[in-house]
Amino acid sequence: MTVTLSGKEIAGQLEEQFPESIVESCPDSLLVKSEFLLPVATFLKTTPGLDFGYLTSITAVDYYDYFEVVYQLTSMKHNHSLVLKTRCYGRDNPTVTSVIGLWRGAEFQEREIYDLMGISFNGHPHLKHIFLWESFQGHPLRKDYHSGA
Amino acid sequence: MEIGNIGEKYVYSETELDRAEGEAIESLKAHSQQPIPDPDRWLDEELRHNVLLTSVDAMLNWARRSSLWTVLAFPACCAFELIATAASRYDISRFGMEILRASPRQADLMITAGTLTWKMAPQIRRIYDQMAEPKWVIAMGACAISGGIFSGSYSVVPGYNRIIPVDVYVPGCPPRPEALLYGIKMLHDKISKRSIVEKSKQK
Repeated sequence: MTVTLSGKEIAGQLEEQFPESIVESCPDSLLVKSEFLLPVATFLKTTPGLDFGYLTSITAVDYYDYFEVVYQLTSMKHNHSLVLKTRCYGRDNPTVTSVIGLWRGAEFQEREIYDLMGISFNGHPHLKHIFLWESFQGHPLRKDYHSGA
Repeated sequence: MEIGNIGEKYVYSETELDRAEGEAIESLKAHSQQPIPDPDRWLDEELRHNVLLTSVDAMLNWARRSSLWTVLAFPACCAFELIATAASRYDISRFGMEILRASPRQADLMITAGTLTWKMAPQIRRIYDQMAEPKWVIAMGACAISGGIFSGSYSVVPGYNRIIPVDVYVPGCPPRPEALLYGIKMLHDKISKRSIVEKSKQK
């Protein structure tokens, strides 16, 4: 059975490496500032003992005031997992750094979030519609979306 | 149990078996000197007394409704009820429909088994356009009729009749095979009323 690592424990390690990077840590998850996302993700992937080599999924949540992007990480080597979160603000062009450089599997999932939730990913090579067709207006998974039908 | 010489257990020696075989062949040959006549040779004579007169319409419609070929275009879960209908228990081969064509050019019926999204809609329209006239459409299931539970969604077509003309609507989510068969019978009735002088369907 995969062991879920506590966000609090990881937070201790991260605070030494990246001061002021943690917004909130709890047993279920770890919330980092968006500008620290890439360094933290790199640290989680490359540090011996953590080795989060596999990105299980990315998803996003609309909280009206901000969007939260949720990364579910797994280490195949140690059979443990961690939930990493970050927030982005604004409804016109919320932006998060892309993690494609670390996990190639992020490509389609970031495109899906861009398509349905309207969050841009800096550094993504082909950020365009994936499920919806070109010229589709709006982002259907946003809570203020109305289909008009 | 003692294992003796196996050859001694047979009544006949090998030579006797060969002789028996030879006799059988000779006997068959002796009875097969003439070709067996065609058992249906009386038919020619009978047909002369049984010419059927009918109208072209009745003949054509009978031929068309008796072998509707369905195009393979089933976007979602209603397809499984369709498969059940096609399989041995419900058996649409009773209506000459067991052939599901992978090419729309060889099909004259589309059974729209499943939810249609706007992204899939151009392909369905193209498949319909490629089917040879005369052609018919059965809208199978709630999604095909109105979008079903997805009606009002940003991505789902609210009914196939936005894309292609539908002849028969079969409600259900999904419809039971009996319901689909009833819909097929209704389509048969509809085809029976066609005439060759009527114009082709409105696009």
